[in-house]
Amino acid sequence: MWSYVFKRLLHMIPLLLGVSLLTFLLMSLAPGDYFTALSQNPQISQETIIHLKTQFHLDQPWYVQYFYWFKSVLHGDFGYSMAYKIPATSLIVQRLWNTFLLSFLALIIAWGIAIPLGIWAAVKKDSWIDRACSLIAFVGLSVPDVLLSLLALWFAAATGWFPVGGAQSALYDFMSPAQQFWDRAHHLILPAIVLAASDLAGIMRRMRSCLLDTLRAEYVTAARARGLGEGWVIYKHALRNAINPLLTIFGYSLAALLSGAFIVENIMAWPGLGRLTMEAFFAKDSYLVVDCVVMATGLLVIGNFIADLLLAWSDPRIRLK
Amino acid sequence: MNEIATIQNPTAEQPLSPWQLFWRRLKQRRIAMVGGVILVVLYLVALFAGFVAPYSYDRQDRDRFFHPPTCPRLSGFRLVIPRYEQLPGTFVYRAVLNDTKPIHFFVHGDKYKLFGLVPATIHLFGTGDENHPVYLLGTDQFGRDVLSRLLYGSQISLSIGVIGILLSFTFGMIIGGISGYFSGWTDTIIMRLCELIMSIPALYLIISLRATFPPGMSSSQVYAMIIIILSFIGWASMARVIRGMTLSLREQQYVLAARALGQTHLKVIVRHILPNTFSYVIVAATLSVPYYILGEVVLSFLGVGIQEPNASWGNMLTAAQNTEYLRNYPWLLAPGAAIFVTVLAFNFLGDGLRDAADTKS
Repeated sequence: MWSYVFKRLLHMIPLLLGVSLLTFLLMSLAPGDYFTALSQNPQISQETIIHLKTQFHLDQPWYVQYFYWFKSVLHGDFGYSMAYKIPATSLIVQRLWNTFLLSFLALIIAWGIAIPLGIWAAVKKDSWIDRACSLIAFVGLSVPDVLLSLLALWFAAATGWFPVGGAQSALYDFMSPAQQFWDRAHHLILPAIVLAASDLAGIMRRMRSCLLDTLRAEYVTAARARGLGEGWVIYKHALRNAINPLLTIFGYSLAALLSGAFIVENIMAWPGLGRLTMEAFFAKDSYLVVDCVVMATGLLVIGNFIADLLLAWSDPRIRLK
Repeated sequence: MNEIATIQNPTAEQPLSPWQLFWRRLKQRRIAMVGGVILVVLYLVALFAGFVAPYSYDRQDRDRFFHPPTCPRLSGFRLVIPRYEQLPGTFVYRAVLNDTKPIHFFVHGDKYKLFGLVPATIHLFGTGDENHPVYLLGTDQFGRDVLSRLLYGSQISLSIGVIGILLSFTFGMIIGGISGYFSGWTDTIIMRLCELIMSIPALYLIISLRATFPPGMSSSQVYAMIIIILSFIGWASMARVIRGMTLSLREQQYVLAARALGQTHLKVIVRHILPNTFSYVIVAATLSVPYYILGEVVLSFLGVGIQEPNASWGNMLTAAQNTEYLRNYPWLLAPGAAIFVTVLAFNFLGDGLRDAADTKS
């Protein structure tokens, strides 16, 4: 098991290196930089800009910039955000945490609803419940995240039950810790539901088809022949085997979740990594864009790693490979 | 010869080709056919958008910002629409019920170019009166007809999906075929590259790619840019699957035979291996078109895709991001409904195609 974990971890390093190199190359191809706009400002002298450019190594070719960037990342320093005028590390960590919180809660909501619904639909195959579930799944798969977020925004504005965007109220700093927690949760819940809703349909359909496949297996017939109760057959025998293929789509669903979070964050003004990426993109804060892309990829790679570990843990055949 | 064959086997029907079998199975799935019909209608309407749309996409009615959708009524044998009166100082409109005008068909209106070539002024319907307009889906914050913009936008949004798929799947098939056929270090390099592209969450990669293009491009350049960006990301997953299929296909005897007959590697890949993956490719393509459409929508929505005054479903939705607009003028969400119907139709059709292509069941 440990050698498997080690091997998977080792595999991540070239991947993240490649991703950072590719993003760096792309950002270096981008026309203009943060200082192009500044140089139009007559109050800032040309010397200052040249000085600042040298400070950020922007006068060097991209591979030299990459080398400097990589060296400081190894020291845990993600550079300095030119647009925000603060160290990028603190900015990134805060936004990364917000995105993680949003995605994690959405993950729990989506899987918590999709798995029971999928089981229910499979057990009551061809009943009206099954049909209703498959209709919901089709609709859910087809509603674009953009539309869902806008509808949620409209819902929040029309009912006033939820705050319209943001992660905390204006008076957050004057609240007691309990109020602060409640305030954060209140802001988090609607974006998380939107994000979960877009993910839910696929998982539910997958759970249904996996369980239906297992219910056709011979050991299920054998269990029934031994006179076991239907509940015992489904939950103890069939379900445990049906869960395995589901763990493999856990990794795929993470990728969709992160892209979905990008949209939800930007529309519902949730200060996460996706929103930061767009802000950095518009400000031409190229190092910050690279940081964001690498961080998002890191989140995805770690998520996939956890999915693989879960799979190896639940299915001993995987570990031997 | 023909007579002998008939005598020997009098009841034999013409054996069905795989495509005919496929079509027969597809026809049995009503929901797939519904999806297909919806798509045919959508694409036809997009093709004739200038004709179907009552107005041009950038025609501004400065007297009627946020005009609500006009609801046609039946009066006698004609469809009539009431005139709407603006309450002074607001964007609230009231229908004047006894002041109606009939909807005429094939009326003269704004100039447009059919298929981008033929100049024309005939529109499918309209009132023919500037002061008594027909806005079936209302107007936006600049007084432009939402329905007309929706139709013009469909030209961009719908075509990007198909062109993007054609481009990226062609590349994906060829690269995947090469990778699986030659294996060795070619395979390793290509597959590592695919992994790299697929490991970055799609929208983050899209935005980094977007950064490499200069600002201030013309609308057709932006259109091409979006297709290039989406195809750059899309080919990787296709190439991986095709590579896997090629790995097993190249061991087949007919591939060996083709090689023995002296065909070039490229010909073997394109003529003998790739056609065997077509049934998978068609299903995957149908189910992937929505991702390309949504890619355009997100880019334009975020303001880095199709630019005003050109219409696309994405940049039309940008207005709906304003909660004040959203609450009072919900018809601005119409492009969202259009996206939903399109994606649903593609999913219906794709699901049916997958079942029809699955000969095992």
